[in-house]
Amino acid sequence: MKILVPVKRVADFNVKVRVKQDGSGVDLANVKMSMNPFDEIAVEEAVRLKESGWATEIVVVSIGVKKAQDTLRTALAMGADRAILIEAASDVHTDIEPLAVAKLLACVVREEQPGLVLTGKQAIDNDMNATGQMLAALLGWAQATFASRISIEGTNAKVTREVDGGLQIVNVNLPAIITADLRLNEPRYASLSNVMKAKSKELAIRTPADYGVDVTPRLAVVRTAEPQGRKPGLKVASVDELIMKLKSEGVL
Amino acid sequence: MTVLVIADVNRSSLATDSLAKTITAVKGLGEVHILIAGDDCEAAAAEASGLTGVANVLIAANPAYAHGMAEATAALVVSLSSGYSHICGASTAFCKSVLPRVAALLDVMVISDVISVIDGSTFERPIYAGNAIQTVVAAGNAPKVFTVRTAGFAPVQAGGAASLQAVSGATGDALSVWVEDKVATSDRPELTSANIVVSGGRGLGSEANFALVEGLADKMGAAVGASRAAVDSGFAPNDLQVGQTGKIVAPQLYIAVGISGAIQHLAGMRDSKVIVAINSDPDAPIFQVADYGLVANLFEAIPELESKL
Repeated sequence: MKILVPVKRVADFNVKVRVKQDGSGVDLANVKMSMNPFDEIAVEEAVRLKESGWATEIVVVSIGVKKAQDTLRTALAMGADRAILIEAASDVHTDIEPLAVAKLLACVVREEQPGLVLTGKQAIDNDMNATGQMLAALLGWAQATFASRISIEGTNAKVTREVDGGLQIVNVNLPAIITADLRLNEPRYASLSNVMKAKSKELAIRTPADYGVDVTPRLAVVRTAEPQGRKPGLKVASVDELIMKLKSEGVL
Repeated sequence: MTVLVIADVNRSSLATDSLAKTITAVKGLGEVHILIAGDDCEAAAAEASGLTGVANVLIAANPAYAHGMAEATAALVVSLSSGYSHICGASTAFCKSVLPRVAALLDVMVISDVISVIDGSTFERPIYAGNAIQTVVAAGNAPKVFTVRTAGFAPVQAGGAASLQAVSGATGDALSVWVEDKVATSDRPELTSANIVVSGGRGLGSEANFALVEGLADKMGAAVGASRAAVDSGFAPNDLQVGQTGKIVAPQLYIAVGISGAIQHLAGMRDSKVIVAINSDPDAPIFQVADYGLVANLFEAIPELESKL
């Protein structure tokens, strides 16, 4: 069975991004970029499904700037077999919307015919949490979001989902889209020898035009601003002083 | 303009608080209709019809919609979408699964985690774990599909008398089957709607010590939360996680115990009215957002606080 894993190149999760003075967006110039952490979890799960013997091939795909090749190489070093880059932007500040991404991925799915698509539940840059669900909609496939456990049972996948107040277990028909939550697994570090091997793995480069997909955004971002700061706080010296302050605030 | 709000119905009971806050967020847009979909949902519909600001409650009773299965629910919403200028719901796990699927079927972008509705086509939403706020415009006549981050909105009160209307719609192909819910039951208030939240972090050091936080919370009638570090260390279950990858809360009082204040945690609680940080490390970043900070040994300060309340 083939697994398709869409991955996104985003600002590293340790970086505190800065908003540009002119309000046009966040400044990504010279910012360290990495694979979206939730996508890394999806790659890890795919590799484990291959190690278990269920999956036979893992294809990773990324949509963005040319440099997203680095992200794909990381996935190849983790154990993916080949990669597809759809070069859809020339500027790192151009974010391709989940709807356009899902349309491109739907084309890739029709070409590749995977039995499962595994991806992160959301990208930590735009925080949309939408691509997996949108892809499932366009393909008419089952979806299981926020997965913390996946077991393949014949032609179904039994998925434990992290929902409000606990867990929900669902059985989805395959092929399906499953989006990874934080606790699905802990991704491995690629060994140096696997990093070297990844350099010779196949990486195809395509464009949205190859698929006939228009990636023009539907939403216009008119302004990006810093969140409102909180006013500076006060250090209290004792539990008694804390209780007094909270009583005067009216919250106790 | 008419707004369709998708209600979250869990095991026949209405997620009232998040629905009531969503209504506050969107009632300025036009007439508000609520969709209640599920198997046994008459009681939930009756409760929704009593919320002020609601004109009409649509009830789609069908076993296909039970347990919030996304495929069937999205098909239903799309089949009912005509005539609505806006289709939305609270940013719960249910709506976050369903509404992007609805948006794709309608060939529109979804707008996730709206924190402010500026006008019928302009919305504010956080990006980068709340480190920036984006203003987006969805032009054109297509319906706007969005989820609402409810933490910053007050709930509408009961006292309304909306009409109830049974509807039926598409159920889509049977693509997935519900197996089981494993729901943590607790006598404590629900995390996202509690007035007071007491959260524990890695500073507590062990699962056994996490009981300190629970004891304080119970004394205060508060909900219990945890940082991701505490969850990852096994001190607390994941459904208590407050932060960008967990729950977003905005209580009247948030008490962070032994929490250093990573960006991703702050994203989940920075809109709380009063923030208290209790930490033994005077340089912990949590003190930069706290209204009141107490540098102290947790194992002395927390029992003292509990005993003096």
